[in-house]
Amino acid sequence: MSDSNNAQSPAITEQVVAELRELAQRVVAHAKKHGADDAEVLVRSGGELTAKVRLGEPELVQEAGSRALGLRVFKDAHQAVTYTSDMRDEPLDAFAAETVKLAELSEPDELNKLPEQSLFADSVPELDLYDAACEKLTAAEALRRAIAGEDAARAYDDRVTNSEGATWSRILGAAAFANSAGFVGGYRGSYSSLYVEPVCDDADGKKRSGYWWTAGRYMDSLLDPQQVGIEAAKRTVATLGSRKVETCEVPVVFDPEAGRAIVGMVFSVANGSSFYRKSSYLVGREGSKVASDLVTIVDDPHIPRGPGSRPYDGEGLATRKNVVVNGGVLETVLCDVYSARKLGRESTGSAGRGIGGSPSPTTSNLIMQKGATGRDELIRQTERGLYVTSMMGFGFNPVTGDFSRGAAGFWIENGEIGFPVSEITISANFDDLLQRIDCVADDLELRSSTACPTFRVSHMTIAGK
Amino acid sequence: MTAPAHHAPFSDGGEYAIDAQIARRLLGHALEAGGDYADLFFEYRIVANYVYEEQRVKTVGRGITLGLGVRVTRGDATGYAYSEDLTMERMAHAARTAGQIASGGGAPAPVEIAPVVHADRYPLGNPSVALPPDKKLALLRAADEAAHAADPRIVKVEASFSETLRELLVITSDGRMSRDQLPLIRFGVRAVAEDGARRQAGSSGGGGRYGLDYFYGDSRDAAWHGKEAARIALAMLDAKEAPAGEMEVVLSAGDSGILLHEAVGHGLEADFNRKKTSNYSDQIGQKVASDLCTVIDDGTVDHSRGSINVDDEANEGRENVLIENGVLVGYMHDRLSAKHFGVQPTGNGRRESFRAMPMPRMTNTSLRPGDTDPEEIIKSVKRGVYAKRFSGGQVNISNGDFVFSLTESYLIEDGKLTAPLKGVNLIGNGPEVLRRVTMLGNDFELSDGIWTCGKDGQSVPVGVGTPTVKISSITVGGTQTS
Repeated sequence: MSDSNNAQSPAITEQVVAELRELAQRVVAHAKKHGADDAEVLVRSGGELTAKVRLGEPELVQEAGSRALGLRVFKDAHQAVTYTSDMRDEPLDAFAAETVKLAELSEPDELNKLPEQSLFADSVPELDLYDAACEKLTAAEALRRAIAGEDAARAYDDRVTNSEGATWSRILGAAAFANSAGFVGGYRGSYSSLYVEPVCDDADGKKRSGYWWTAGRYMDSLLDPQQVGIEAAKRTVATLGSRKVETCEVPVVFDPEAGRAIVGMVFSVANGSSFYRKSSYLVGREGSKVASDLVTIVDDPHIPRGPGSRPYDGEGLATRKNVVVNGGVLETVLCDVYSARKLGRESTGSAGRGIGGSPSPTTSNLIMQKGATGRDELIRQTERGLYVTSMMGFGFNPVTGDFSRGAAGFWIENGEIGFPVSEITISANFDDLLQRIDCVADDLELRSSTACPTFRVSHMTIAGK
Repeated sequence: MTAPAHHAPFSDGGEYAIDAQIARRLLGHALEAGGDYADLFFEYRIVANYVYEEQRVKTVGRGITLGLGVRVTRGDATGYAYSEDLTMERMAHAARTAGQIASGGGAPAPVEIAPVVHADRYPLGNPSVALPPDKKLALLRAADEAAHAADPRIVKVEASFSETLRELLVITSDGRMSRDQLPLIRFGVRAVAEDGARRQAGSSGGGGRYGLDYFYGDSRDAAWHGKEAARIALAMLDAKEAPAGEMEVVLSAGDSGILLHEAVGHGLEADFNRKKTSNYSDQIGQKVASDLCTVIDDGTVDHSRGSINVDDEANEGRENVLIENGVLVGYMHDRLSAKHFGVQPTGNGRRESFRAMPMPRMTNTSLRPGDTDPEEIIKSVKRGVYAKRFSGGQVNISNGDFVFSLTESYLIEDGKLTAPLKGVNLIGNGPEVLRRVTMLGNDFELSDGIWTCGKDGQSVPVGVGTPTVKISSITVGGTQTS
């Protein structure tokens, strides 16, 4: 593997952002020219570098740049949403004309229009989302780091007998957004990560795989590859001899890696789209208790260097910190403009938007606030129960709150973590699950855009033998 | 005559027409640093979707993607790059970037590039994307009306239709060239029923590699899916808490193929076995399921969602037997794993798009039927669960544990279906559960085309199929412990 000598610099400069802003405005103008009442454009440009190694050898090096543009037009309360990767001006003009024509196929909905002028973000706050140091990382260096992580995992314990490999990846990108009401914004971001996935051989021919990871917008915020490898090995070896337990009802402790899925599910039932579609069991529960007093969940887009931070939302609105659940009370249902209008209220600045789709409510950094108990103390206070480290499957019905998922983790006996457990399910109605949270630990880390500390649910059904 | 709009710019007569001479030049750039194999994957994708909500066509969308992916291998190492810009300069840059994985040596680009001749399992006819939209909008309306007409308790209905046409051109440095056009449609309806404070949702959908003919054949039309979504939502209004623990489970014919997909399918994808990270590694020739089980993966089923005339490495789609009467006989391969195991490619090298490298993936995975009347199977169960509809599943490849999530299921008591049950997960271990297959129905069904499989961040459409299946014991993840 030689260092790249013909790849272009992956750097995303302020100049790139300015060009994207200009491009977005140009396509908005094309759409207006072709008869749109209003239009909005999202443009993305970026590059990826992925370096994967396995058993000490390079397995994959993927390097490429990519661009895409999404357009939404409104005409007489009709709308259409389209995308393209062809950025030449003439095809873009034709694309805008076709989109305006396409809108005629939809049926009028008086809520199909741009947000009120006063809601647009009037500045783009600097959130420190781009680390120029990431630009300098070469494919060869990315491979070296991945190898260092995997080597550390394999050297840590001789029960690590195999590996799914280690992957270093880096994304550098920029996005710009413009609409015909005059909003235009753009920003750049970086994100690097390392995953290490060791494999152990267990009895009965079963293998046990595990992983650990580190990620962040700034390279210097990542853990050393060796640390990641060692943690991955520890976690994988600990699952050797996993077994099923008897069907029972016990306290369940969620570690932050498993628990953040629970926090994400809270959003799936506390957003404007699920509300106006009557697809949430929380409809009609705003202002009332939906979780125990210990639960406070905040969506905060303004955390500097935060993985989910964003200076404006997917419709150009100013973003703000929203308290979703405050001491157990459902305080804010996260809305984009359309769902807010359907519900007769104002957007919470929570719209997200992909290149090819309409805006919809999304989260930025969705965080369950930490409690006062140490994580080890929380375990000590648990006489007997299940410590969940991972969940599997899709068993959540947002309409009713029925929750049933596959789980793996460890058995807790006399306040100590004991043998590893797998091939069981945990279930409870989600409403009960949130109300039964009886301890929240203080070990919160913002490793991913949805995060929580360790917490305990007083009882759930474990289905096993 | 000019080429119709749904033809790719890289096809003959297109703006960026790719011929053997251009392909050879690009493969030459890809291999100039010393790679031992390279391929070019050109893709043109047209997608359109229509969303119907609250008695109106809420939005229409359309998108076009065009690009080239270049892969270069050297031993087990792969270099990959892509470009959305098909100018010679940018394509050559992508080829050289992918080629950096190799150093030294140098293989020549092929002298002869010969087209791969393949059957056509989904003739294009009039592709849906090229037809006027009014018929599609009428389908959405028909589904909405049928769902609302089913019962006044149906309070919300959403219907969606999406259509895709992918045109692929694959050229390999060992001289193969394949072209294919893959149509795909997917129709879906979701209904919400409300009765006092109780609320439930039901969904139904279908499709496959069809044009709009899917809706006018003898099977399921738009109104049928509307009625079906309403039926499930209404039935589930009365659902009770599901039991917890190990018990007998009967899986209905069709969508239950999710079980196979998770319990054995992924574990038999040869990349995991090449790396020996699957619980099926080194098990060829061994008993891995009950005698009743013959499992096949078949890319050649007419019009099925998972079918492929030719895979994304220019190998023909095939029918492959994976498990025969309970004995493991073969894996699903891509080029890399077939070379490793010294076998012929099985036509399972698939990729999500030109932005990703191929991997061994399933096509249409099914369990051959038995000879038992499905009624007899239900009658044989004293107390258990009948699983009818699913929202999906997941597997841990290494230890074989898998789950699948039921959205419509019933309690079986004394051989009869009784109460509907709330949404619940089943969890089991692949090889253990397949050894507990004790009865197979004579009623094989292929799922209607709704399933999408995810692996390593790449999604591909797949099909599944089963007859009615009885499993003597599997863990049901309800809340009722007694």
